[in-house]
Amino acid sequence: MNTQAQYLKAIYLTQQQEDGPASTGDVADMLDVSPASANEMIGKLENRGLLNHEKYKGVDLTDDGIAQAREALQNYCIIERFLIEVLEVEEFRAEAKQLEGVIDETVADRLDTIIDREPQCPDCFDPEGDVCGLLEVEAEVTSD
Amino acid sequence: MSLTQPVASDHQLARLLQIGIVLEEVVEARSAKHAEETSGEHEQAVLDLLAHAETESAEHRRQLESLIDDLEADTVPFEEIEMLVEAQYEADKDFDGVLYDQLCNEETAYKFYDDLIEAIEASDVTFTIDRERLLAVLSDIREDEAEGVEDVTDLMEDYQ
Repeated sequence: MNTQAQYLKAIYLTQQQEDGPASTGDVADMLDVSPASANEMIGKLENRGLLNHEKYKGVDLTDDGIAQAREALQNYCIIERFLIEVLEVEEFRAEAKQLEGVIDETVADRLDTIIDREPQCPDCFDPEGDVCGLLEVEAEVTSD
Repeated sequence: MSLTQPVASDHQLARLLQIGIVLEEVVEARSAKHAEETSGEHEQAVLDLLAHAETESAEHRRQLESLIDDLEADTVPFEEIEMLVEAQYEADKDFDGVLYDQLCNEETAYKFYDDLIEAIEASDVTFTIDRERLLAVLSDIREDEAEGVEDVTDLMEDYQ
């Protein structure tokens, strides 16, 4: 996942948590970057038509921005599921986060042809845990 | 999207090579399934293409497995992936559908190896495996995938 996708995902999740526009400070916190860097990238994303930014109000994804953010979330879920279901990786969360920046969406789409993914994906994503919420339940049940 | 992270360790390299093996196994298994289902006037040309894809993927898999061996990581048995492909496979008897799926296979594989090569070149890590050999193997496979994309698009154009 490239920087753009990481920002869109962070903004989408922050907006979900806030149930409204996301503050640039919260987005910077989520990505662990400086507010100046976040502001710069947000400006670029606005120029690309992926979000609207209003001073003192925050950032609101456009429909295109929402679609791309949801795709990024879905890719992450595919990687998590692939690691646990196919490669049987115990530390699937930690590895999914490392691989998130390395696995392209076209590759994720192919991996998706051999895993079981729930139809509600990516609404299964748990923004607080920054992981697939459904898989957490399944992993706990499996480990019992 | 492109890679933004260099490969950070032997462990991550082995994991990425395992993913490469799975992608090859998916191509191998789906090509075989498509061949079983293909029928119609274009049958022979498509069957030839599918047979070539299946053989080539098996060869790529063996090359990747020899790299994985040197990293002392496990491979992913073909039978396991074949079973998973079988479970999720939806027969697509439509001529364009089969070719389109093959095109996706080749393009995905090309993108994967292209990104992986870039990530290895961007990495400062000294891998257990010889970097020159690693890059040579991956570059050869990437070239095959590029040719594969051309073969499928040529066939698609022939029948338009």
